[in-house]
Amino acid sequence: MTGETVMFWVLAPLTVFAAVGMLLVKKAVHSAILLAFVMIALAIFYIAQDAPFLGIVQIVVYTGAVMMLFLFILMLVGVDSSDSLVETIKGLRGVAITTSLAFAAALTSLIARAEFGQEPLGLVSANANGNVEGIANLIFRQYVWAFEVISALLITAALGAMVLAHSPKSSEARLSQRARSVARFRGASIGTAAGLPGSGVFARHNAVDVPALLPDGKPSDLSISSVLAERGDVQETKRYALDGLPKLDEEDK
Amino acid sequence: MNTSTNIVYLIALPLFSSALLMLLGRKADKWGHIFATLISASAFFVGVTEFFAMRSRPEEARAVTQKLFTWISVGDFQVDASLLLDQLSIAFVLLITGVGTLIHIYSIAYMSHDRDRRRFFAYLNFFIAAMLLLVLGDSYLNLYVGWEGVGLASYLLIGFWNQKPEYATAAKKAFVMNRVGDFGLSIAIMIGFATFGSVSFSGIEEKVGGAGETALTAMGLMLLLAAAGKSAQFPLQAWLGDAMAGPTPVSALIHAATMVTAGVYLITRSNFIFDNAPTAQLAVVMIGIITLLFGAVIGTAKDDIKKALAASTMSQIGYMILATGFGPAGYAFAIMHLLTHGFFKAGMFLGAGSVMHGMNDEVNMRKYGGLAKFMPITSITFGLGYLAIIGVPPFAGFYSKDKIIETAFNAGGVQGVIFGGAALLGAVITAFYMTRVMLLTFAGNKRWASDAHPHESPFLMWAPMAVLAIGSVASGYLLYSGKAIVKWLAPVVDKDHHEHVEFLPPIVVTTLAIVAVLIGVSIALLKYRGEQSDSAPSDVSIWTRFARRDLLQDDANEFLFMRPGQEVTKALVVTDERVIDGAVRGVAASAVGSARGLRKLQTGYVRNYALLILIGAALILAAIWVVTI
Amino acid sequence: MNPTNYLYLSAILFSIGAVGVVVRRNAIVVFMCIELMLNAANLAFVTFANMTGNLQGQVMAFFTMVVAACEVVVGLAIIVTIYRSRRSASVDDASLLSR
Repeated sequence: MTGETVMFWVLAPLTVFAAVGMLLVKKAVHSAILLAFVMIALAIFYIAQDAPFLGIVQIVVYTGAVMMLFLFILMLVGVDSSDSLVETIKGLRGVAITTSLAFAAALTSLIARAEFGQEPLGLVSANANGNVEGIANLIFRQYVWAFEVISALLITAALGAMVLAHSPKSSEARLSQRARSVARFRGASIGTAAGLPGSGVFARHNAVDVPALLPDGKPSDLSISSVLAERGDVQETKRYALDGLPKLDEEDK
Repeated sequence: MNTSTNIVYLIALPLFSSALLMLLGRKADKWGHIFATLISASAFFVGVTEFFAMRSRPEEARAVTQKLFTWISVGDFQVDASLLLDQLSIAFVLLITGVGTLIHIYSIAYMSHDRDRRRFFAYLNFFIAAMLLLVLGDSYLNLYVGWEGVGLASYLLIGFWNQKPEYATAAKKAFVMNRVGDFGLSIAIMIGFATFGSVSFSGIEEKVGGAGETALTAMGLMLLLAAAGKSAQFPLQAWLGDAMAGPTPVSALIHAATMVTAGVYLITRSNFIFDNAPTAQLAVVMIGIITLLFGAVIGTAKDDIKKALAASTMSQIGYMILATGFGPAGYAFAIMHLLTHGFFKAGMFLGAGSVMHGMNDEVNMRKYGGLAKFMPITSITFGLGYLAIIGVPPFAGFYSKDKIIETAFNAGGVQGVIFGGAALLGAVITAFYMTRVMLLTFAGNKRWASDAHPHESPFLMWAPMAVLAIGSVASGYLLYSGKAIVKWLAPVVDKDHHEHVEFLPPIVVTTLAIVAVLIGVSIALLKYRGEQSDSAPSDVSIWTRFARRDLLQDDANEFLFMRPGQEVTKALVVTDERVIDGAVRGVAASAVGSARGLRKLQTGYVRNYALLILIGAALILAAIWVVTI
Repeated sequence: MNPTNYLYLSAILFSIGAVGVVVRRNAIVVFMCIELMLNAANLAFVTFANMTGNLQGQVMAFFTMVVAACEVVVGLAIIVTIYRSRRSASVDDASLLSR
């Protein structure tokens, strides 16, 4: 019973649980945290298998950079946008789980059947000059061509991401203040020439997420930021206005 | 062999003029006809110069060649575009350019009211160039180019007034039937190349002794097919009557004097083939006899003056083909008849055109009658041509036809009697139908349409007719006196100087021929003297009906070729629709059907695709699991 | 300890990732599941390196990581683009191909 064995039997079930949990939790953020756990566990496994360089890279690149990227995008898309776990495509989930179980069963039974022809050698001799030096030796000698190609791939991917994420809006010419002013007065309606109505219900509530009330008591869509409306973060004006107005009238009397 | 540098001008001048007139278009309308005529005349001048130059040389040095360029050069096989001007070619050159020029002059007046006169002259010049190439080429390939060229010119000119659908159809008919003959020529060239490894006349002639008779016979029969197509001989004769749809000068030049005689030229030029292939020669004789009688019988029944003359042309070319079938004994007489026929038939066609010109383009002889008084010059020139064609001494046709009949009898034995008898019978019928044409047109009662005002044609029209009439009077004597034509052509067609046996004394044959003419003329006089109806009688015997329907030539063609062709086409259409399109559509339908089924897999949900990939991976794994067990 | 155990773990993680790709609809979670599968494969590579006694497997895992990084970068850019036009990160919403 070596330390590695103990570590494995403690950490492996946890890793599997975390992986399964990834599929079961509703919120994407929770999935991301569980994935980060799996990756750190894997890094530990790497280090345990005499691959310290990969273990460090795993933590730095994956758990650090890649997971940060995931979280960043999650923030962008909406951090609390949670999935409904109800399956919409009929029969898909059942088939998927069955197939996966069969897949896993076949894979494990194949591994069990496999004869490796030799006892596990360990990397003591290979790592004699240090793990990083050994890997560098391979990468910059035997695999230097693949290394160069993959660096080109990385650059291309970065460019591709920039192109894809590029918003065409920013390329439009910005109007000058004078042009905006002219456009406002020459526009379809002069009603908004003096500026859009401010948000909030004066005297009762004042906030950017509450639309202003028009004289007839209806909320004005123009008074709030379209971004908030798009995100669905607009508060009901009713709570502050429509319920209260009749009461005010009565108080006057 | 001597070389010359002037021969090419014979072809180049009219070709240039034709191209110029066609390219300039309407800009050349004002002077195009004059220019074309002058060019034609200058080609004639070149021809005459060459003729006298040739006469001044000794007999063995008369033929000259001119190499233009190397046309085809494949390995050791080489075809030059080169021209050969020998005694045979020069006769044709003079006929083509001479008669051609006269007809150009005639056409200036005849076509003066036509908007497209310039185009007409461009085509005429193109025809002259192509025909000269045909007779001047020194190999079968060069000849073939000219052969196709005259076919094209003929097509263009028959269909010159192609705004009338039936004229366009006539042009197409002529072209298609000519194509059949052209196939014969191309196959003959291929046989020649396969057998002798050469396509030039001299090259084949050198090696002809070493070839088997089968190949020679096959080549001869194919050449005969080509000649039959171009010269309207049986069984490819049906196009000539309809070809009269073209303007009358075209009928005179192309479909009487020159192009239709190309078959005679071809056989005469290929004398070295036929002289060594007796079977092919016999076939030539048979075709000649069938056609000469065929044409003559049709000629008796036609009321359309041009069609009657066309039938006569067919018949007269039958005489020439008949003569060529007798080998060295007949070639010279075939060419002599060709030349005299070129004069008198062109003259008569121009006369017919002159009559039509005066009669509002009426072609039905039943609507003529008594025109001699109103068109004296036309009737005299036409009459001289008539005397020539029926063979009255001393007119041109007498010499040439008499000699052909004599040669036919000289074939000897039963054959000779049959051939000679058939030729004599042809002479009787010729005399009959030509007399009929004369009587119906120029004599008897007036049967004109109410608005007809017959008048003599202008000078430009009657002058060429007069020249041709002089030719139809004198050419026979000039060509035959002292056997001039026979001696002239001997180096080409009779190199071995055969002794010709005489089966009957010439005086007997001549007497027989004159008697035949008298019989024919008498029958016609008895039948067509006095008053005639202005419409064809309808209560006629079945033989007359046959003749009026061109001896069922079109019906036979329709029955033998057109109907089966249509059936084959229909079958092909059905096959195309059912089998080929069916297969194509079936493939498409099965693709659509299977796609419709497979489409259900394409839900558009990426997770579905991922699941399918997963299943695929699982299946592969399962397969590995099974095979490694 | 027998390194084969790592291989079993790798197979199980890979299968879990595969299920996740199929059953989850949030594109980002789908991506994370793909990362899980790639990591499972990496674990197998590292284990193989350990078993065979040379570093080839580790190098391969290294390359896999780089490719995975590329894939994440482009994939997330695509998700952002889709989100920008559809206001949704669900992979089921981008199913125009079926119509």
